[in-house]
Amino acid sequence: MKYFKLFIAKLVKIEGLTIIGVFIALMILFIMTAPRVFTGYRIYMSFLQTVPPLLILALGLTLVITAGEMDLSFSAIIAFSGFVFCYIFRTFGTPWLAFVLALSSGVLVGFINGWMVAKVGIPSIMATLAAQFFWNGLTILLSGGLSWNIKDIRPYFIHTLFVGRIGGLVPAQSIWGIAVAVFLWFILNRHTFGEQILFIGDNEEVAKVMGVNVIATKIKLFVFMGIISAFAGVLLTLEMINFWTTQGSGLLLPTIAAVFIGGTSIAGGYGTIIGSFFGAYIVGSLEAGVVASGIGGYWTRLVTGLVMAASVSLNIILNKEKGEGLKEELKERIKESIFIKKGGE
Amino acid sequence: MLKKGQFKNAVKMSNIEKYFGHVAALKGINFEVGNNEVVGLIGDNGAGKSTLIKIITGVFPPTNGEIYIRDKKVPLRNYNVKQAYKLGIEAVFQDRSLGEKQDLWRNFFIGRQMTNRLGFIMVRKEKEIAQKIMFDMIGFRGVGITAESKVSKLSGGERQGIAIGRAMYFNAELIILDEPTSALSLKEVNKVLNFVRKIKESGRACIYISHILPDVYEISDKFIILDRGEIVATIKKSEVTLKELSEFMLKYAHAK
Repeated sequence: MKYFKLFIAKLVKIEGLTIIGVFIALMILFIMTAPRVFTGYRIYMSFLQTVPPLLILALGLTLVITAGEMDLSFSAIIAFSGFVFCYIFRTFGTPWLAFVLALSSGVLVGFINGWMVAKVGIPSIMATLAAQFFWNGLTILLSGGLSWNIKDIRPYFIHTLFVGRIGGLVPAQSIWGIAVAVFLWFILNRHTFGEQILFIGDNEEVAKVMGVNVIATKIKLFVFMGIISAFAGVLLTLEMINFWTTQGSGLLLPTIAAVFIGGTSIAGGYGTIIGSFFGAYIVGSLEAGVVASGIGGYWTRLVTGLVMAASVSLNIILNKEKGEGLKEELKERIKESIFIKKGGE
Repeated sequence: MLKKGQFKNAVKMSNIEKYFGHVAALKGINFEVGNNEVVGLIGDNGAGKSTLIKIITGVFPPTNGEIYIRDKKVPLRNYNVKQAYKLGIEAVFQDRSLGEKQDLWRNFFIGRQMTNRLGFIMVRKEKEIAQKIMFDMIGFRGVGITAESKVSKLSGGERQGIAIGRAMYFNAELIILDEPTSALSLKEVNKVLNFVRKIKESGRACIYISHILPDVYEISDKFIILDRGEIVATIKKSEVTLKELSEFMLKYAHAK
């Protein structure tokens, strides 16, 4: 019994537990409502193929929101970096140069965002909204509003590396998604940069007093988000072997939803990479799940809204700050009962 | 760097003046904080207490005057917050010291993390040291708070203790407490006063800013009374009773 309680106490501590629960419940629901689709492996392979760009964006955005900021420009970076990638590849035929320059375009956009937010002091939601319009507009101008095909890239190694099928089955981008998640988990929870982000989001004044260079950290953060968005843009472009001017615009709200469903706080100071990981897969699997369940594609958005409201409420009820949440209470009770069993100390 | 006890004053301010435009916030300030001395800085709102503290901690320079730290004159041109840290001066603000939602061990090391070469934090080591600071330096044994607790679970007094412990661990020679007991319950006030005693016991100096006279009186060795940018009295504790001190302060309040 004691071990069981210890086990529960450990379990309650696990990051993102709530959202993992929601994810599993949703999958069970889909398996029940659409057994033919959801007991086969194909649907899962298609998730692994389509979700990674959204996932990688959500992971990056988690850091931004943890710092108490918002980025609305990543959808434009998806388009811009995709354009840069296609343009360089079609002009010079060198995929790696195209890749590097596409990421650099993300750095550029991110740096300007960071500079506007940290140096000039424009609230990030405004600065990045302006950036979204600007870079989307520039992309449309430069591309002439056309979509560009790059089917010649198929034989190149870069295509196999990023969006190939491992063993002819598992999409490579899903592995990249996991790699980015692991990397960002360590950055947020174990790296100086992540700790500075946590404190800036928690209380900027405290961060300043304790010697954190708030301006430099914020600029770095937006540059980071820029690179991550550009990487997602390249993955999307490679997967579709096509660039189109509005690619990414459909990802804006689902990405933000994924982060919030995952349990990251909009108030800043707390972010969960694991939560965003499952949040992204929940958002990404809803459409297919809803359609396969036979209630019709028109329901997708409505269901997404419901799931988001439910997850966010659940997170708030379970993790209320200042230890008034159910989870905290549970932890306390377990601690107490163990303490009493030991006969006190 | 000088070792403890090899200097006379932890800090000495000489003829400090501070003007904001034409407004004089501080005029001709002279005082010293002795080695291992707790100085109570008393004054009403607007007396210039926080301006004085900001000058000592390097937030901004004085218009005129000189600062000596451990008997050595400080070149004011490149004196700033980082420099003050290096010289062992650290301020603890009631509401600006800790990140509310973060673990305590993170709060101990933020801005001064122990990392490997790639900048990754040595979590286990930081937690160990944080636990040690809490148990051995500030006496948090048996209150059910560990290095992994969140700040939001701590009471107001405990928070001050954490910030004081942090300053002590990072070898602050002079710890400045800005209104540490305002907005605290009686029980919490006692905790804070005990932390201040720990500062004194460890051989460090302290400036204790407050307008709550009984608290200041209890733990200070010396009182400096500030009024409208000037020091109106410097009194040793042995020279005055709490009642006399209160009456003295009241007189100034009425004079306004």
